[in-house]
Amino acid sequence: MRDASPAKVYALHIGVILALFALNFVLPDYHQGLFARIMALAVFAMGYNLLFGYGGLLSLGHAMFFSAGLYGAGLTVYHLGWGVPEAFLAGIACGALLALVIGLLALRTSGVAFMIVTMMFAQVFYLLILYFAAWTGGDQGLVIQQASRVVSIGGASFDLTDPTVRYMSALALFSVVLLITLAIVRSRFGRVLVAIRENEERTRMLGYDTTANKLIAVVASGATCAASGAAYALLFGYVGSNFASVQYSILPLLWVLLGGAATVLGPLVGTLFMYYVTDITSGFTSAYLLIVGIALILLVLFAPKGILGTIRQRWLGWLP
Amino acid sequence: MPLLTTKGLSRRFGGLRAVDGVDFSLMPGEIRAIIGPNGAGKTTFVSLLSGRIQPSSGMVVFDGADITNMPAYKRVRLGVAYTFQITSVFANLTAFDNVALPVQRTLTDGRTKGQVRTGVMEALERTGLADRAHTLAGQLSYGHQRLLEVAMGLALKPRLLILDEPTQGLADSEIDNFIALVREIARSATVLLIEHNMPVVMQLADRITVFNMGRILAEGTPEQIRADAQVQDAYLGATHG
Repeated sequence: MRDASPAKVYALHIGVILALFALNFVLPDYHQGLFARIMALAVFAMGYNLLFGYGGLLSLGHAMFFSAGLYGAGLTVYHLGWGVPEAFLAGIACGALLALVIGLLALRTSGVAFMIVTMMFAQVFYLLILYFAAWTGGDQGLVIQQASRVVSIGGASFDLTDPTVRYMSALALFSVVLLITLAIVRSRFGRVLVAIRENEERTRMLGYDTTANKLIAVVASGATCAASGAAYALLFGYVGSNFASVQYSILPLLWVLLGGAATVLGPLVGTLFMYYVTDITSGFTSAYLLIVGIALILLVLFAPKGILGTIRQRWLGWLP
Repeated sequence: MPLLTTKGLSRRFGGLRAVDGVDFSLMPGEIRAIIGPNGAGKTTFVSLLSGRIQPSSGMVVFDGADITNMPAYKRVRLGVAYTFQITSVFANLTAFDNVALPVQRTLTDGRTKGQVRTGVMEALERTGLADRAHTLAGQLSYGHQRLLEVAMGLALKPRLLILDEPTQGLADSEIDNFIALVREIARSATVLLIEHNMPVVMQLADRITVFNMGRILAEGTPEQIRADAQVQDAYLGATHG
Protein backbone atom coordinates (compact mmCIF):
# COMPACT_ATOMS: atom_id res chain seq x y z
CA MET A 1 0.00 0.00 0.00
CA ARG A 2 2.60 2.52 -1.03
CA ASP A 3 1.11 5.88 -1.84
CA ALA A 4 -1.50 4.70 -4.31
CA SER A 5 -4.22 7.06 -5.37
CA PRO A 6 -7.53 5.47 -4.37
CA ALA A 7 -8.96 6.27 -7.80
CA LYS A 8 -6.37 4.10 -9.54
CA VAL A 9 -6.96 1.22 -7.14
CA TYR A 10 -10.74 1.30 -7.50
CA ALA A 11 -10.51 1.72 -11.28
CA LEU A 12 -8.44 -1.45 -11.52
CA HIS A 13 -10.84 -3.55 -9.45
CA ILE A 14 -13.97 -2.23 -11.10
CA GLY A 15 -12.25 -2.82 -14.43
CA VAL A 16 -11.74 -6.47 -13.53
CA ILE A 17 -15.41 -6.78 -12.60
CA LEU A 18 -16.47 -5.19 -15.91
CA ALA A 19 -14.15 -7.49 -17.83
CA LEU A 20 -15.70 -10.51 -16.14
CA PHE A 21 -19.14 -9.12 -16.99
CA ALA A 22 -18.19 -8.79 -20.65
CA LEU A 23 -16.71 -12.29 -20.74
CA ASN A 24 -20.19 -13.71 -20.16
CA PHE A 25 -21.15 -12.70 -23.69
CA VAL A 26 -17.95 -13.89 -25.29
CA LEU A 27 -17.10 -17.16 -23.61
CA PRO A 28 -18.19 -20.48 -25.15
CA ASP A 29 -20.71 -22.46 -23.05
CA TYR A 30 -18.15 -24.71 -21.44
CA HIS A 31 -15.90 -21.88 -20.34
CA GLN A 32 -18.83 -19.80 -19.19
CA GLY A 33 -19.73 -22.61 -16.79
CA LEU A 34 -16.12 -23.00 -15.68
CA PHE A 35 -15.82 -19.27 -15.02
CA ALA A 36 -18.98 -19.25 -12.91
CA ARG A 37 -17.48 -22.03 -10.81
CA ILE A 38 -14.13 -20.22 -10.58
CA MET A 39 -15.75 -16.97 -9.46
CA ALA A 40 -17.78 -18.76 -6.76
CA LEU A 41 -14.65 -20.54 -5.53
CA ALA A 42 -12.54 -17.38 -5.76
CA VAL A 43 -14.83 -16.03 -3.04
CA PHE A 44 -13.71 -19.01 -0.93
CA ALA A 45 -10.11 -18.08 -1.68
CA MET A 46 -10.73 -14.40 -0.85
CA GLY A 47 -12.17 -15.39 2.51
CA TYR A 48 -9.13 -17.54 3.15
CA ASN A 49 -6.79 -14.78 2.03
CA LEU A 50 -8.28 -12.34 4.52
CA LEU A 51 -7.18 -14.55 7.42
CA PHE A 52 -4.04 -16.08 5.96
CA GLY A 53 -2.70 -13.40 3.64
CA TYR A 54 -3.49 -10.33 5.69
CA GLY A 55 -3.86 -11.71 9.21
CA GLY A 56 -1.03 -14.23 8.90
CA LEU A 57 -3.07 -17.05 10.43
CA LEU A 58 -2.59 -20.31 8.56
CA SER A 59 -5.71 -22.44 8.95
CA LEU A 60 -5.89 -25.96 7.61
CA GLY A 61 -9.57 -26.28 8.34
CA HIS A 62 -11.36 -23.84 6.10
CA ALA A 63 -13.26 -26.65 4.38
CA MET A 64 -15.52 -26.59 7.44
CA PHE A 65 -16.52 -22.95 6.85
CA PHE A 66 -17.09 -23.56 3.14
CA SER A 67 -19.19 -26.63 3.87
CA ALA A 68 -21.02 -24.90 6.73
CA GLY A 69 -22.27 -22.52 4.05
CA LEU A 70 -22.83 -25.35 1.59
CA TYR A 71 -24.91 -27.40 4.01
CA GLY A 72 -26.47 -24.40 5.72
CA ALA A 73 -27.95 -23.38 2.38
CA GLY A 74 -28.42 -26.87 0.92
CA LEU A 75 -30.16 -28.48 3.87
CA THR A 76 -32.57 -25.61 4.49
CA VAL A 77 -33.66 -25.78 0.87
CA TYR A 78 -33.78 -29.57 0.76
CA HIS A 79 -35.46 -30.30 4.09
CA LEU A 80 -37.27 -27.10 4.99
CA GLY A 81 -38.13 -25.91 1.52
CA TRP A 82 -36.63 -22.46 2.10
CA GLY A 83 -36.28 -20.03 -0.76
CA VAL A 84 -32.91 -19.22 -2.30
CA PRO A 85 -32.26 -15.87 -0.54
CA GLU A 86 -33.18 -17.20 2.91
CA ALA A 87 -31.09 -20.33 2.37
CA PHE A 88 -28.13 -18.26 1.20
CA LEU A 89 -28.30 -16.12 4.33
CA ALA A 90 -28.71 -19.23 6.48
CA GLY A 91 -25.52 -20.59 4.95
CA ILE A 92 -23.58 -17.43 5.78
CA ALA A 93 -25.01 -17.38 9.30
CA CYS A 94 -23.94 -21.00 9.86
CA GLY A 95 -20.41 -20.21 8.71
CA ALA A 96 -20.15 -17.07 10.82
CA LEU A 97 -21.43 -18.83 13.94
CA LEU A 98 -19.14 -21.79 13.43
CA ALA A 99 -16.20 -19.45 12.86
CA LEU A 100 -17.00 -17.60 16.08
CA VAL A 101 -16.97 -20.82 18.12
CA ILE A 102 -13.90 -22.27 16.38
CA GLY A 103 -12.14 -18.91 16.62
CA LEU A 104 -12.69 -18.64 20.36
CA LEU A 105 -11.17 -22.08 20.83
CA ALA A 106 -8.45 -22.16 18.16
CA LEU A 107 -7.10 -18.66 18.81
CA ARG A 108 -5.84 -19.87 22.16
CA THR A 109 -3.09 -21.38 20.01
CA SER A 110 -0.88 -19.95 17.30
CA GLY A 111 1.47 -21.10 14.57
CA VAL A 112 1.69 -24.85 14.00
CA ALA A 113 -0.73 -25.57 16.85
CA PHE A 114 -3.32 -23.34 15.17
CA MET A 115 -2.92 -25.31 11.93
CA ILE A 116 -3.41 -28.61 13.74
CA VAL A 117 -6.35 -27.44 15.84
CA THR A 118 -8.22 -26.03 12.82
CA MET A 119 -7.52 -29.20 10.85
CA MET A 120 -8.84 -31.35 13.69
CA PHE A 121 -12.02 -29.31 13.98
CA ALA A 122 -12.53 -29.61 10.23
CA GLN A 123 -12.14 -33.38 10.46
CA VAL A 124 -14.73 -33.49 13.25
CA PHE A 125 -17.06 -31.45 11.04
CA TYR A 126 -16.44 -33.82 8.11
CA LEU A 127 -17.14 -36.90 10.25
CA LEU A 128 -20.29 -35.31 11.66
CA ILE A 129 -21.59 -34.86 8.12
CA LEU A 130 -21.01 -38.56 7.47
CA TYR A 131 -22.46 -39.55 10.83
CA PHE A 132 -25.69 -37.67 10.24
CA ALA A 133 -26.12 -39.25 6.83
CA ALA A 134 -29.90 -39.43 7.30
CA TRP A 135 -30.05 -35.66 6.89
CA THR A 136 -26.89 -34.85 4.97
CA GLY A 137 -26.96 -37.73 2.50
CA GLY A 138 -23.56 -38.85 3.81
CA ASP A 139 -20.90 -39.37 1.17
CA GLN A 140 -23.56 -39.59 -1.54
CA GLY A 141 -24.57 -36.02 -0.87
CA LEU A 142 -27.83 -34.42 -1.93
CA VAL A 143 -28.96 -33.03 -5.24
CA ILE A 144 -31.01 -29.86 -5.03
CA GLN A 145 -33.70 -29.94 -7.69
CA GLN A 146 -34.05 -27.26 -10.29
CA ALA A 147 -37.47 -26.25 -8.96
CA SER A 148 -35.91 -25.26 -5.63
CA ARG A 149 -33.33 -23.08 -7.31
CA VAL A 150 -35.59 -20.45 -8.82
CA VAL A 151 -35.56 -16.98 -7.28
CA SER A 152 -38.55 -14.67 -7.67
CA ILE A 153 -37.86 -11.00 -7.23
CA GLY A 154 -40.88 -8.82 -7.75
CA GLY A 155 -42.60 -10.23 -10.81
CA ALA A 156 -39.50 -11.70 -12.42
CA SER A 157 -38.13 -15.13 -11.69
CA PHE A 158 -34.55 -16.21 -12.17
CA ASP A 159 -33.60 -19.82 -12.70
CA LEU A 160 -30.16 -20.43 -11.21
CA THR A 161 -29.69 -23.41 -13.50
CA ASP A 162 -29.70 -21.12 -16.50
CA PRO A 163 -26.05 -20.55 -17.52
CA THR A 164 -26.28 -16.76 -17.81
CA VAL A 165 -28.23 -16.32 -14.57
CA ARG A 166 -25.74 -18.57 -12.87
CA TYR A 167 -22.77 -16.67 -14.28
CA MET A 168 -24.24 -13.31 -13.28
CA SER A 169 -25.12 -14.53 -9.79
CA ALA A 170 -21.59 -15.79 -9.26
CA LEU A 171 -20.22 -12.52 -10.62
CA ALA A 172 -22.48 -10.47 -8.34
CA LEU A 173 -21.28 -12.35 -5.26
CA PHE A 174 -17.67 -12.18 -6.43
CA SER A 175 -17.91 -8.41 -7.04
CA VAL A 176 -19.45 -7.67 -3.68
CA VAL A 177 -16.84 -9.73 -1.83
CA LEU A 178 -14.00 -8.25 -3.88
CA LEU A 179 -15.05 -4.70 -3.07
CA ILE A 180 -15.64 -5.52 0.59
CA THR A 181 -12.20 -7.13 0.79
CA LEU A 182 -10.67 -4.07 -0.83
CA ALA A 183 -12.42 -1.80 1.65
CA ILE A 184 -11.34 -3.94 4.61
CA VAL A 185 -7.74 -4.06 3.45
CA ARG A 186 -7.60 -0.30 3.08
CA SER A 187 -9.34 0.33 6.39
CA ARG A 188 -7.85 0.84 9.83
CA PHE A 189 -8.80 -2.72 10.69
CA GLY A 190 -6.85 -3.93 7.65
CA ARG A 191 -3.79 -2.05 8.84
CA VAL A 192 -4.07 -3.64 12.29
CA LEU A 193 -4.48 -7.07 10.73
CA VAL A 194 -1.28 -6.68 8.72
CA ALA A 195 0.50 -5.39 11.82
CA ILE A 196 -0.56 -8.52 13.72
CA ARG A 197 0.81 -10.66 10.90
CA GLU A 198 4.11 -8.80 10.94
CA ASN A 199 4.61 -8.62 14.71
CA GLU A 200 1.82 -9.47 17.08
CA GLU A 201 3.71 -8.55 20.26
CA ARG A 202 4.52 -5.10 18.90
CA THR A 203 0.91 -4.56 17.86
CA ARG A 204 -0.26 -5.43 21.35
CA MET A 205 2.21 -2.92 22.77
CA LEU A 206 0.59 -0.26 20.60
CA GLY A 207 -2.62 -0.77 22.53
CA TYR A 208 -4.44 -3.28 20.34
CA ASP A 209 -6.36 -6.26 21.67
CA THR A 210 -4.83 -8.59 19.12
CA THR A 211 -6.94 -11.60 20.13
CA ALA A 212 -10.17 -9.68 19.55
CA ASN A 213 -8.91 -8.44 16.18
CA LYS A 214 -7.93 -11.95 15.15
CA LEU A 215 -11.34 -13.23 16.20
CA ILE A 216 -13.04 -10.64 14.00
CA ALA A 217 -10.81 -11.77 11.14
CA VAL A 218 -11.69 -15.43 11.70
CA VAL A 219 -15.42 -14.65 11.70
CA ALA A 220 -15.18 -12.42 8.60
CA SER A 221 -13.13 -15.09 6.86
CA GLY A 222 -15.49 -17.89 7.92
CA ALA A 223 -18.56 -15.94 6.83
CA THR A 224 -17.01 -15.17 3.43
CA CYS A 225 -16.04 -18.79 2.85
CA ALA A 226 -19.55 -19.82 3.89
CA ALA A 227 -21.01 -17.36 1.37
CA SER A 228 -18.96 -19.15 -1.27
CA GLY A 229 -20.20 -22.55 -0.08
CA ALA A 230 -23.82 -21.41 0.05
CA ALA A 231 -23.58 -19.97 -3.45
CA TYR A 232 -21.95 -23.16 -4.68
CA ALA A 233 -24.80 -25.29 -3.32
CA LEU A 234 -27.47 -23.06 -4.83
CA LEU A 235 -25.76 -22.46 -8.18
CA PHE A 236 -24.59 -25.97 -8.89
CA GLY A 237 -27.28 -27.91 -7.04
CA TYR A 238 -25.11 -30.39 -5.23
CA VAL A 239 -24.16 -30.73 -1.59
CA GLY A 240 -21.61 -33.42 -0.70
CA SER A 241 -19.24 -34.42 2.04
CA ASN A 242 -16.17 -34.29 -0.20
CA PHE A 243 -16.40 -30.48 0.07
CA ALA A 244 -15.72 -30.85 3.78
CA SER A 245 -12.71 -33.12 3.27
CA VAL A 246 -9.15 -32.01 3.93
CA GLN A 247 -8.61 -31.44 0.21
CA TYR A 248 -10.92 -28.45 0.36
CA SER A 249 -8.91 -27.00 3.22
CA ILE A 250 -5.71 -27.23 1.18
CA LEU A 251 -7.15 -25.89 -2.09
CA PRO A 252 -7.84 -22.31 -0.92
CA LEU A 253 -4.33 -22.19 0.52
CA LEU A 254 -2.93 -23.23 -2.87
CA TRP A 255 -5.08 -20.76 -4.79
CA VAL A 256 -4.04 -17.93 -2.51
CA LEU A 257 -0.35 -18.83 -2.60
CA LEU A 258 -0.43 -19.11 -6.39
CA GLY A 259 -2.25 -15.85 -6.97
CA GLY A 260 -0.36 -13.98 -4.28
CA ALA A 261 -1.13 -13.92 -0.57
CA ALA A 262 -2.21 -10.53 0.74
CA THR A 263 -3.19 -9.23 -2.68
CA VAL A 264 -6.85 -8.43 -3.24
CA LEU A 265 -7.03 -9.93 -6.74
CA GLY A 266 -4.62 -12.79 -6.02
CA PRO A 267 -7.31 -15.28 -4.98
CA LEU A 268 -9.09 -14.86 -8.34
CA VAL A 269 -5.85 -15.16 -10.29
CA GLY A 270 -4.79 -18.24 -8.33
CA THR A 271 -8.13 -20.00 -8.68
CA LEU A 272 -8.29 -19.19 -12.38
CA PHE A 273 -4.73 -20.35 -12.98
CA MET A 274 -5.13 -23.61 -11.09
CA TYR A 275 -8.44 -24.47 -12.79
CA TYR A 276 -7.14 -23.80 -16.27
CA VAL A 277 -3.82 -25.59 -15.79
CA THR A 278 -5.78 -28.62 -14.59
CA ASP A 279 -8.32 -28.26 -17.38
CA ILE A 280 -5.82 -27.87 -20.18
CA THR A 281 -3.39 -30.55 -19.05
CA SER A 282 -6.11 -33.10 -18.40
CA GLY A 283 -7.00 -32.75 -22.08
CA PHE A 284 -3.56 -34.07 -23.07
CA THR A 285 -2.74 -36.67 -20.51
CA SER A 286 -4.21 -38.67 -17.67
CA ALA A 287 -1.11 -37.74 -15.65
CA TYR A 288 -2.27 -34.13 -15.45
CA LEU A 289 -1.71 -33.93 -11.72
CA LEU A 290 1.98 -34.45 -12.41
CA ILE A 291 2.00 -31.37 -14.63
CA VAL A 292 -0.02 -29.38 -12.10
CA GLY A 293 2.57 -30.39 -9.52
CA ILE A 294 5.43 -29.26 -11.71
CA ALA A 295 3.70 -25.94 -12.38
CA LEU A 296 3.32 -25.45 -8.65
CA ILE A 297 6.97 -26.24 -7.96
CA LEU A 298 8.12 -23.84 -10.68
CA LEU A 299 5.97 -21.10 -9.23
CA VAL A 300 7.23 -21.64 -5.73
CA LEU A 301 10.83 -21.64 -6.99
CA PHE A 302 10.65 -18.60 -9.24
CA ALA A 303 7.76 -16.57 -7.80
CA PRO A 304 7.42 -17.47 -4.14
CA LYS A 305 5.14 -14.51 -3.55
CA GLY A 306 2.63 -15.80 -6.08
CA ILE A 307 1.70 -14.29 -9.41
CA LEU A 308 0.35 -10.93 -8.23
CA GLY A 309 2.71 -10.82 -5.25
CA THR A 310 5.65 -10.94 -7.65
CA ILE A 311 4.10 -8.38 -9.96
CA ARG A 312 3.58 -6.06 -6.99
CA GLN A 313 7.14 -6.52 -5.81
CA ARG A 314 8.71 -5.92 -9.20
CA TRP A 315 6.47 -3.43 -10.93
CA LEU A 316 3.28 -2.32 -9.24
CA GLY A 317 4.09 -1.33 -5.67
CA TRP A 318 0.69 0.32 -5.26
CA LEU A 319 -1.29 -2.89 -5.79
CA PRO A 320 -3.43 -3.53 -2.68
CA MET B 1 1.35 11.88 44.14
CA PRO B 2 3.61 9.55 42.18
CA LEU B 3 2.54 8.63 38.64
CA LEU B 4 3.72 5.07 39.08
CA THR B 5 4.63 2.96 42.08
CA THR B 6 5.51 -0.67 42.58
CA LYS B 7 5.36 -2.60 45.84
CA GLY B 8 7.39 -5.76 46.40
CA LEU B 9 7.37 -6.38 42.66
CA SER B 10 9.02 -9.73 41.86
CA ARG B 11 9.46 -12.01 38.93
CA ARG B 12 11.11 -15.39 39.08
CA PHE B 13 12.23 -17.43 36.09
CA GLY B 14 12.70 -20.91 37.55
CA GLY B 15 15.22 -20.41 40.31
CA LEU B 16 16.36 -17.01 39.07
CA ARG B 17 14.92 -13.96 40.83
CA ALA B 18 15.13 -11.60 37.87
CA VAL B 19 13.26 -8.90 39.78
CA ASP B 20 13.23 -9.30 43.52
CA GLY B 21 10.87 -7.32 45.73
CA VAL B 22 11.28 -3.94 44.10
CA ASP B 23 9.64 -0.86 45.67
CA PHE B 24 9.83 1.93 43.16
CA SER B 25 8.12 5.23 42.56
CA LEU B 26 8.17 7.75 39.77
CA MET B 27 6.94 11.34 39.95
CA PRO B 28 5.02 12.90 37.07
CA GLY B 29 7.15 14.91 34.66
CA GLU B 30 10.53 13.51 35.64
CA ILE B 31 13.11 11.84 33.45
CA ARG B 32 14.28 8.76 35.25
CA ALA B 33 17.12 6.55 34.09
CA ILE B 34 17.55 2.95 35.12
CA ILE B 35 21.11 1.69 34.95
CA GLY B 36 22.82 -1.47 36.05
CA PRO B 37 25.05 -4.27 34.80
CA ASN B 38 23.81 -6.80 32.25
CA GLY B 39 21.37 -9.24 33.81
CA ALA B 40 20.46 -6.85 36.61
CA GLY B 41 16.76 -7.19 35.77
CA LYS B 42 16.23 -3.80 34.13
CA THR B 43 14.36 -5.01 31.06
CA THR B 44 12.36 -7.51 33.10
CA PHE B 45 11.40 -4.71 35.47
CA VAL B 46 10.09 -2.38 32.76
CA SER B 47 8.37 -5.34 31.09
CA LEU B 48 6.46 -5.84 34.33
CA LEU B 49 5.47 -2.18 34.22
CA SER B 50 4.27 -2.37 30.65
CA GLY B 51 2.50 -5.68 31.17
CA ARG B 52 4.51 -7.67 28.64
CA ILE B 53 5.21 -10.16 31.40
CA GLN B 54 3.27 -10.93 34.55
CA PRO B 55 4.81 -10.58 38.01
CA SER B 56 5.24 -13.54 40.35
CA SER B 57 4.21 -11.30 43.22
CA GLY B 58 3.86 -7.66 44.17
CA MET B 59 1.81 -4.88 42.64
CA VAL B 60 1.98 -2.06 40.11
CA VAL B 61 -0.02 1.14 40.63
CA PHE B 62 -0.39 3.68 37.83
CA ASP B 63 -2.02 7.04 38.56
CA GLY B 64 -3.68 5.66 41.68
CA ALA B 65 -5.11 2.54 40.04
CA ASP B 66 -3.89 -1.00 40.58
CA ILE B 67 -2.87 -2.25 37.12
CA THR B 68 -1.04 -5.39 38.26
CA ASN B 69 -3.42 -7.72 36.43
CA MET B 70 -4.29 -5.44 33.54
CA PRO B 71 -3.37 -6.76 30.08
CA ALA B 72 -0.62 -4.85 28.27
CA TYR B 73 -2.87 -3.40 25.54
CA LYS B 74 -5.12 -1.79 28.15
CA ARG B 75 -2.13 -0.26 29.94
CA VAL B 76 -1.12 1.29 26.63
CA ARG B 77 -4.56 2.86 26.37
CA LEU B 78 -4.09 4.26 29.90
CA GLY B 79 -0.93 5.94 28.70
CA VAL B 80 1.93 3.53 29.42
CA ALA B 81 3.93 3.27 26.19
CA TYR B 82 6.90 0.98 25.72
CA THR B 83 9.53 1.12 23.01
CA PHE B 84 11.50 -2.01 22.43
CA GLN B 85 15.15 -2.64 23.18
CA ILE B 86 15.56 -4.55 19.96
CA THR B 87 14.20 -2.36 17.18
CA SER B 88 10.88 -3.85 16.24
CA VAL B 89 9.32 -1.50 13.77
CA PHE B 90 7.14 -3.17 11.15
CA ALA B 91 9.81 -3.65 8.50
CA ASN B 92 7.40 -4.39 5.65
CA LEU B 93 5.21 -1.37 6.30
CA THR B 94 6.02 2.20 5.41
CA ALA B 95 7.12 4.62 8.12
CA PHE B 96 3.71 6.24 7.65
CA ASP B 97 1.82 3.03 8.35
CA ASN B 98 4.04 2.26 11.32
CA VAL B 99 3.03 5.53 12.95
CA ALA B 100 -0.56 5.34 11.70
CA LEU B 101 -1.12 2.30 13.91
CA PRO B 102 -0.61 4.13 17.21
CA VAL B 103 -2.27 7.29 15.86
CA GLN B 104 -5.48 5.55 14.83
CA ARG B 105 -5.51 3.82 18.19
CA THR B 106 -5.62 7.14 19.99
CA LEU B 107 -8.22 8.73 17.76
CA THR B 108 -11.38 7.96 19.59
CA ASP B 109 -13.55 10.56 17.94
CA GLY B 110 -14.00 12.19 14.54
CA ARG B 111 -12.52 9.24 12.74
CA THR B 112 -11.56 10.70 9.40
CA LYS B 113 -8.65 9.90 7.20
CA GLY B 114 -7.25 13.39 7.41
CA GLN B 115 -6.87 13.14 11.13
CA VAL B 116 -4.79 10.00 10.98
CA ARG B 117 -2.61 11.73 8.41
CA THR B 118 -2.26 14.84 10.58
CA GLY B 119 -1.29 12.85 13.66
CA VAL B 120 1.16 10.73 11.71
CA MET B 121 2.89 13.64 10.05
CA GLU B 122 3.15 15.48 13.36
CA ALA B 123 4.92 12.54 15.03
CA LEU B 124 7.17 12.06 11.99
CA GLU B 125 8.07 15.74 11.93
CA ARG B 126 8.95 15.78 15.61
CA THR B 127 11.39 12.93 15.01
CA GLY B 128 12.67 14.36 11.73
CA LEU B 129 11.33 11.52 9.58
CA ALA B 130 8.65 13.40 7.66
CA ASP B 131 10.45 13.17 4.31
CA ARG B 132 10.74 9.41 4.71
CA ALA B 133 7.04 8.78 5.39
CA HIS B 134 6.63 6.47 2.41
CA THR B 135 9.84 4.52 2.78
CA LEU B 136 9.48 0.96 4.02
CA ALA B 137 10.64 0.88 7.62
CA GLY B 138 12.99 -2.01 6.86
CA GLN B 139 14.84 0.16 4.36
CA LEU B 140 15.52 2.97 6.84
CA SER B 141 18.96 3.25 8.40
CA TYR B 142 19.32 1.83 11.88
CA GLY B 143 19.34 5.27 13.48
CA HIS B 144 16.17 6.21 11.64
CA GLN B 145 14.52 2.98 12.71
CA ARG B 146 15.25 3.89 16.33
CA LEU B 147 13.73 7.30 15.72
CA LEU B 148 10.70 5.68 14.10
CA GLU B 149 10.34 3.55 17.19
CA VAL B 150 10.27 6.74 19.27
CA ALA B 151 7.79 8.32 16.84
CA MET B 152 5.48 5.35 17.37
CA GLY B 153 5.80 5.78 21.13
CA LEU B 154 5.10 9.50 20.82
CA ALA B 155 2.08 8.95 18.63
CA LEU B 156 0.49 6.96 21.43
CA LYS B 157 0.31 10.24 23.36
CA PRO B 158 1.76 8.53 26.42
CA ARG B 159 1.76 9.78 29.98
CA LEU B 160 4.64 7.47 30.72
CA LEU B 161 7.08 6.63 27.94
CA ILE B 162 9.39 3.72 28.66
CA LEU B 163 12.48 3.68 26.43
CA ASP B 164 14.57 0.52 26.56
CA GLU B 165 18.15 1.36 25.54
CA PRO B 166 17.09 3.96 22.98
CA THR B 167 20.59 5.08 21.96
CA GLN B 168 21.99 1.62 21.40
CA GLY B 169 23.63 1.53 17.99
CA LEU B 170 23.26 5.26 17.33
CA ALA B 171 26.16 7.35 16.03
CA ASP B 172 27.43 10.20 18.26
CA SER B 173 25.89 12.84 16.02
CA GLU B 174 22.53 11.09 16.25
CA ILE B 175 22.79 10.87 20.03
CA ASP B 176 22.85 14.66 20.42
CA ASN B 177 19.62 14.99 18.47
CA PHE B 178 18.20 12.18 20.49
CA ILE B 179 18.89 13.89 23.80
CA ALA B 180 17.13 17.00 22.53
CA LEU B 181 14.18 14.89 21.43
CA VAL B 182 13.81 13.18 24.82
CA ARG B 183 13.94 16.56 26.56
CA GLU B 184 11.14 17.75 24.35
CA ILE B 185 9.07 14.61 24.96
CA ALA B 186 9.55 15.10 28.71
CA ARG B 187 7.63 18.35 28.55
CA SER B 188 4.42 16.41 27.96
CA ALA B 189 5.21 12.98 29.42
CA THR B 190 7.11 11.23 32.14
CA VAL B 191 10.11 9.36 30.72
CA LEU B 192 11.63 6.18 32.09
CA LEU B 193 14.68 5.02 30.21
CA ILE B 194 17.06 2.15 30.48
CA GLU B 195 20.40 3.34 29.21
CA HIS B 196 23.98 2.13 29.14
CA ASN B 197 25.51 5.26 27.70
CA MET B 198 26.63 7.14 30.84
CA PRO B 199 27.07 10.59 29.28
CA VAL B 200 23.48 10.36 28.00
CA VAL B 201 22.21 9.31 31.41
CA MET B 202 24.11 12.06 33.21
CA GLN B 203 22.83 14.70 30.81
CA LEU B 204 19.22 13.62 30.68
CA ALA B 205 18.15 12.09 33.95
CA ASP B 206 16.62 14.01 36.83
CA ARG B 207 17.11 10.93 38.96
CA ILE B 208 18.83 7.60 38.47
CA THR B 209 17.86 4.19 39.81
CA VAL B 210 20.61 1.57 39.88
CA PHE B 211 19.63 -2.07 39.59
CA ASN B 212 21.80 -5.01 40.61
CA MET B 213 20.82 -8.66 40.96
CA GLY B 214 17.13 -7.85 40.59
CA ARG B 215 17.09 -5.27 43.39
CA ILE B 216 17.47 -1.53 43.62
CA LEU B 217 21.01 -0.87 44.72
CA ALA B 218 20.83 2.91 44.88
CA GLU B 219 18.69 5.82 43.81
CA GLY B 220 19.39 9.52 43.60
CA THR B 221 20.40 12.47 41.48
CA PRO B 222 23.19 11.98 38.91
CA GLU B 223 25.68 13.62 41.33
CA GLN B 224 24.68 11.35 44.20
CA ILE B 225 24.95 8.26 42.02
CA ARG B 226 28.31 9.31 40.67
CA ALA B 227 29.57 9.66 44.24
CA ASP B 228 28.11 6.38 45.51
CA ALA B 229 30.85 3.88 46.30
CA GLN B 230 28.57 0.84 46.07
CA VAL B 231 27.44 1.87 42.59
CA GLN B 232 31.00 2.33 41.47
CA ASP B 233 31.84 -1.18 42.61
CA ALA B 234 28.85 -2.79 40.98
CA TYR B 235 28.68 -0.91 37.78
CA LEU B 236 30.46 2.31 37.04
CA GLY B 237 33.83 0.95 38.07
CA ALA B 238 33.42 -1.94 35.71
CA THR B 239 32.70 0.18 32.66
CA HIS B 240 34.92 3.12 33.34
CA GLY B 241 37.85 0.90 34.37
